Amino acid sequence: MRLSGISYRAGSELWLRDVDLSLAEGGINVLLGATLAGKTTLLRILAGLDRPSTGSIRKGESDLTGIAVRQRNVAMVYQQFINYPSLTVYENIASPLRVARKPAAHIEARVAQLAATLRLTPFLARYPAELSGGQQQRTALARALAKDAELLLLDEPLINLDYKLREELRAELKQLFADGHTTVVYATTEPLEALQLGGHTTLLAEGRVLQSGPTLEVFRRPATLEAARAFSDPPLNVIPAGMLADSVRIPATRTPASEIVLGIRAHEFSLAGAPGRAALSGKVELAEISGSETFIHLARDDVRLVAQVPGVHDLALNQLCTLYVRPASLYGFDRDGRLLFAPES
Amino acid sequence: MARIDLEDVGHRYAGATDSWALRPLTMTWNDGGAYALLGPSGCGKTTLLNIISGLITPTRGKVSFDGRDVTALAPEARNIAQVFQFPVVYDTMTVFDNLAFPLRNRGWDATRLRRRVEEVADILELRADLARRARALSADQKQKISLGRGLVRPDVAAVLFDEPLTVIDPHLKWLLRRKLKQIHQQLQLSLLYVTHDQTEALTFADQVVVMSEGEIVQVGTPQQLFETPAHRFVGHFIGSPGMNFLACEWSAGAATIGGVRLQTSSAREPPSGAALSIGVRPEYLELAPAPGPNRVPVRVAAIQDQGIHTMVQVEIGASLAWAKLRSPASAARSATTFAHLPPQRCALYADERRVP
Amino acid sequence: MSPAKPVNQRAWWFVLPVLISVAFSALVPLMTIVNYSVQDILGPDQAVFVGMEWYKEILRDPELHGALYRQLLFTAAVLAIEIPLGVALALAMPERGWRASLTLVLLAMPLLIPWNVVGTIWQIFARGDIGLAGYVLTQLGIDYNYSQHPTDAWLTVLVMDVWHWTPLVALLSYAALRAIPEPFYQAARIDGASRWAVFRYIELPKMRGVLTIALLLRLMDSFMIYTEPFVLTGGGPGTATTFLSQYLTQKAVGQFDLGPAAAFSLVYFLIILLLCFVLYTFMKDPQ
Repeated sequence: MRLSGISYRAGSELWLRDVDLSLAEGGINVLLGATLAGKTTLLRILAGLDRPSTGSIRKGESDLTGIAVRQRNVAMVYQQFINYPSLTVYENIASPLRVARKPAAHIEARVAQLAATLRLTPFLARYPAELSGGQQQRTALARALAKDAELLLLDEPLINLDYKLREELRAELKQLFADGHTTVVYATTEPLEALQLGGHTTLLAEGRVLQSGPTLEVFRRPATLEAARAFSDPPLNVIPAGMLADSVRIPATRTPASEIVLGIRAHEFSLAGAPGRAALSGKVELAEISGSETFIHLARDDVRLVAQVPGVHDLALNQLCTLYVRPASLYGFDRDGRLLFAPES
Repeated sequence: MARIDLEDVGHRYAGATDSWALRPLTMTWNDGGAYALLGPSGCGKTTLLNIISGLITPTRGKVSFDGRDVTALAPEARNIAQVFQFPVVYDTMTVFDNLAFPLRNRGWDATRLRRRVEEVADILELRADLARRARALSADQKQKISLGRGLVRPDVAAVLFDEPLTVIDPHLKWLLRRKLKQIHQQLQLSLLYVTHDQTEALTFADQVVVMSEGEIVQVGTPQQLFETPAHRFVGHFIGSPGMNFLACEWSAGAATIGGVRLQTSSAREPPSGAALSIGVRPEYLELAPAPGPNRVPVRVAAIQDQGIHTMVQVEIGASLAWAKLRSPASAARSATTFAHLPPQRCALYADERRVP
Repeated sequence: MSPAKPVNQRAWWFVLPVLISVAFSALVPLMTIVNYSVQDILGPDQAVFVGMEWYKEILRDPELHGALYRQLLFTAAVLAIEIPLGVALALAMPERGWRASLTLVLLAMPLLIPWNVVGTIWQIFARGDIGLAGYVLTQLGIDYNYSQHPTDAWLTVLVMDVWHWTPLVALLSYAALRAIPEPFYQAARIDGASRWAVFRYIELPKMRGVLTIALLLRLMDSFMIYTEPFVLTGGGPGTATTFLSQYLTQKAVGQFDLGPAAAFSLVYFLIILLLCFVLYTFMKDPQ
């Protein structure tokens, strides 16, 4: 499926502008962006619930742009666990099959299969209101899968669930979609979720596409500073090249060194110095200990840095601390934010 | 600043005669400490928080602040502040009026009030927004206002947080967490933080209380909970992903998987007849190309490059385990691999409990 | 979140029958009225175009001014009493359980009674000889007679309307109150807010949308009120309780003066529209 030149205007606001996007058939397509970046709007346009103000959606030869949602082969799962409240879990999962007038034996078999895959078998006779959040969302998911649509849209489906439940369901979802049967579009605000799901990722910010491509490629070679920022958790450390200029050699580019801006991912820092590594010192603002690693917040001049280092380090406030980074892990951007160099993978 | 004591405090909701929302417990929360209550939905953490804040009166037990019995005391008389899951701000008022509200209710005079509000606004970096309507601010700023209304009272003894970062974007969570930590260090208040997110709990608290199904499973520092979980639940719940539990047997004084003898940090023998497993965190599970001490032959089931690290799923005996390796992970490529279980990072678990 | 409505052409086909019947029952008559309002209808086939003549005449009519004045007074009194009273009732109602259901049913009952029956009930109820209220008042020594004293007639009509329609405001407000999440109340408690402060800063702002609806509904309905006062007092004594719609009916049906009546109807319609517009703009959420 391809979207070209999509923009969407509601009232006086432009929610999407000039979006060009190709969906990988049969794979997971992640839409990553902050709240209000336009993810939900884009999903609604893909579903056919809204009509884009400009642009077109094409699948192969056919133009889908004006086609209403009922004619499209699409299923959707929402943030809020949306199920038919007056139907049992069994009936909920069976509903798309009933609409498609499948034979009764087929319906029974399919519902049983989906319930087993999503671990809902003990709950088939219950009503959604009697289930926990995770179970409700799995019911919604089973119903979406029962439709066996070509396109499955998920709008931050795990965000209202507990952290641990999210982890488990994410792994399950990845398994479910691995067979390449359905084209999945998954919207999320968390970069780590995009990395865990893999597939293709499209970065959205303020209604524009920043970058699109295989997830690891977008992660490792962001086209712009904004894209690198959008795909970082913890936040990307951005410093003027001048801060490191004396201690390390930056790859030569046409841009003068004074205009280069360096990007360093938090986990690239280490507390151990070694020959060839660049050093950055600053005052410790905060040390957050998270089990097996420590997040060190440093302040130097006007710049704030975050480092994610392994091990437990109980650093005192305002203590001087030096972080080391290998020059090979540096990203370089020019004054306009364009990528100059990135770590080789 | 208050020391909070809970004696045999338990709670059943009206109508539930045989199930506890919170099983009776006894605990002390120390003056000025930062605590996290961590657990899945329905584990009782919010109930516990509301008992401490006074929104719920426990069906049994006694709550004391600095030795004074406050069990029946209303929240407004307890000198606590509470920040909820979604921002609670008075829409019709400006940011200034929002922060001033608790003080105006106490009859403070205008000059003193202004000074205090500006002080708190400085701490929260809201000074520039004081004249704006509260309604117009973003979610994280509104949460800061909610927090500010609590901090503005000079006699506030403890600040209670009920999953406050739920509606905040990942980028902004960092800023708010840093702010909370700074406030803790600056104002030396007791902070109680309820969450289901273990990263939030571990980075925020000095002591983490892990709860499940109405009871406290383990209390400890983030490091203790990470390194030595006393219960399988804690091992599973903390860490992303949680701890691996490898089914094993006990023969001739040692734990074995598939006949290979393994040394663990557990010194004692497990009770006989218990279901045994070895717990080891994905962060510590290593892969090696050749056999050696504490190494088990494994089959690599899946490799996932997740950018920052690579997750490798291996079959160890009858169990599946994850290893979390730094990207790029070349050691994972070969088909015949051995998993190395560092002895000090493994422990024996009999039934659900850790063998010391 | 996208605020735009979904595009679904099929929906229009479902609405078409309604559109057609509305066209017949409303638009066509409306156009007829506009037509009549600029003509002098002397007989079945004799109609003379008079332009804005009727409009000028009714706008100068002192009886109309009187009726308009009484109407405005009535509507203002109705709104001033029913809205606060309805909200107060909603605040006092139990939140859940069987008591809540019982209160809701009791409160809804006056709304279910046909309007002319409401008029009849109060007509009898307020009589000095056989009516419970009227009898009690006269026994207490109060000189009360709604068919003779204009003030008494006004009060009775007012009380009747309040009895009839306050439940609507109360039910709407009740629904709005139930929608306020609990943490707001909890936070207010912790802030040490008084009951009045909770009302003013939490409940009232959150009820804004619903109160606007209630206000508009009561404004429109009370401005058009006809059946109840007509049955109760017949517009009397004299013209003390003759409100706008009754005056219009007298003119159109009684005197069979279609031209002026049509002009009057249009003016009436426009007045209500103007009032609603003003009020809506005033009450609209500034966000």
